Amino acid sequence: MPDLLAIKGLRTGYGPTEILRGVDLTVGDAEIVAVLGSNGTGKSTLNRTISGVLRASHGTIQFQGASITSDTPAKIVARGLIHVPEGRRIFPNLTVRENLDLGAYRRARARRPANRERVFFIFPRLAERHSQLAGSLSGGEQQMLAIGRGLMAEPRLLILDEPSLGLSPLLVEELFALIKSINADGIAVLLVEQNVVQSLELVQRAYILDNGVFVLQGSAEDIRNNPDLKRTFLGM
Amino acid sequence: MLSSVILIPAVLNGLMTGAVYALIALGLTLIYGVLHIINFAHGALLTAAMFAAFFAHQWLGLDPYIAAIGLTPIFFGLGYGLQRFIIGPAAHGEDRNILLVTLGLAVVIENALLYAFRADTRTINLPYAFNVIEVGSAFLAVPRVIAFVVVIAVAIALWLIMRWTDTGKAIRAVAKEKLGAELSGIDVAHIYAVTFGLGTACLAIAACLLLPTYYVNPTAGNAFVLIAFTIVVLGGMGSVTGALIGGLFVGVVESMSGLYLGESLGQIGIFVMFILVLLFRPSGLLGERT
Repeated sequence: MPDLLAIKGLRTGYGPTEILRGVDLTVGDAEIVAVLGSNGTGKSTLNRTISGVLRASHGTIQFQGASITSDTPAKIVARGLIHVPEGRRIFPNLTVRENLDLGAYRRARARRPANRERVFFIFPRLAERHSQLAGSLSGGEQQMLAIGRGLMAEPRLLILDEPSLGLSPLLVEELFALIKSINADGIAVLLVEQNVVQSLELVQRAYILDNGVFVLQGSAEDIRNNPDLKRTFLGM
Repeated sequence: MLSSVILIPAVLNGLMTGAVYALIALGLTLIYGVLHIINFAHGALLTAAMFAAFFAHQWLGLDPYIAAIGLTPIFFGLGYGLQRFIIGPAAHGEDRNILLVTLGLAVVIENALLYAFRADTRTINLPYAFNVIEVGSAFLAVPRVIAFVVVIAVAIALWLIMRWTDTGKAIRAVAKEKLGAELSGIDVAHIYAVTFGLGTACLAIAACLLLPTYYVNPTAGNAFVLIAFTIVVLGGMGSVTGALIGGLFVGVVESMSGLYLGESLGQIGIFVMFILVLLFRPSGLLGERT
């Protein structure tokens, strides 16, 4: 069986500046995988290329066996590849409920009410605030809303870009537990994070991105015990 | 002080003139709020719509109010096509380019109209154009009453679209968060075009409401759009409610200053107020502070 997501030799950049310099990555069905790296290593560029916002200059991206390399973001969403972007990018001028409704704009429209109930069940805080403007939510609640909006599309693969950014350690723990339970429901997750230690506890496999290439990849345990990683990222 | 016998009709007439201003401003502010550009082609498109309504009457014998039923979807399509196939692609994603493209469109449309129809001023004669309705002490012109009712209906319809339809929600979403919208599967180019289409459709309705009492020539729309600009600034750039209330308010201001300063100086009140708003509340009366 082919991988759910298979990226080969991907290169992307802005104008003459190349950010991703040839990366290969796979995510299997119902797998949870992390791409880890510090600021400015190309994580968000990778996500934006996968979701079609940026064009790849070289390489291929396959999703469920079909090439999505030159698809528009809307088509990619329609296929079930949902990217929850860094900085949440919720609609501040719409209510929580309207935000969720738009999560099902392109996909799973018929099952919108049922999925909304499911999201409210996962994130009870959103249910309490359903008629509030999303812009008035706290950072943690906005992150939950962003993930909830993604779930509304019944994703096959959920890309989470820095979900822990700006959250308190306690909230991060709560959020990661939720991500684990989302994955346990059979949704494949690609977690893109700076938070190396906690992410490695959550995922099965991980890739370490540095300066546009994967410098390390393997099972979470192997990576955790790798002396290079400790030196580069943990300063030990 | 003037007695209420004069004052009340002046206010009512102002509200009715203001309603059409509001409709034109509504289209302008909608486009500004979502695309973040000032549509310089708004006036030329209004003129084009007025010509369309004029010839619908002249050639097909259609009453402007009937013609509105056909012209509204046609102008929606025209606006959609302009944004999707001309303005959008020509802009290459740069806001200042969109501005210039709409300016260029205005020049092309106005001169095409001038070339085709000459600079003549034309009017149509309708049997009911001078009919009045008596409301208390006031006599109100029938076309103005119709215009007022239609504008309120259009505003409510627009509000319902924005509030309850997926497309309406997507328009509001794109206005504030383009990337988030794209990643939710919303086709931003399509939403931009729909918004431009809605703004242009407002012009078609406004043109049909104006024509029974107003003239048309190749620059007829510009006078209205100048006022619409002041309304959009007054109400707050991008605010739909602001455009509606601002439009009605400007109508009353015009009517009142006409009453006190003489009919020919009616519009001076609008621009004095405009300058005052810019001085003391530059984000507009209902606009968000940035």
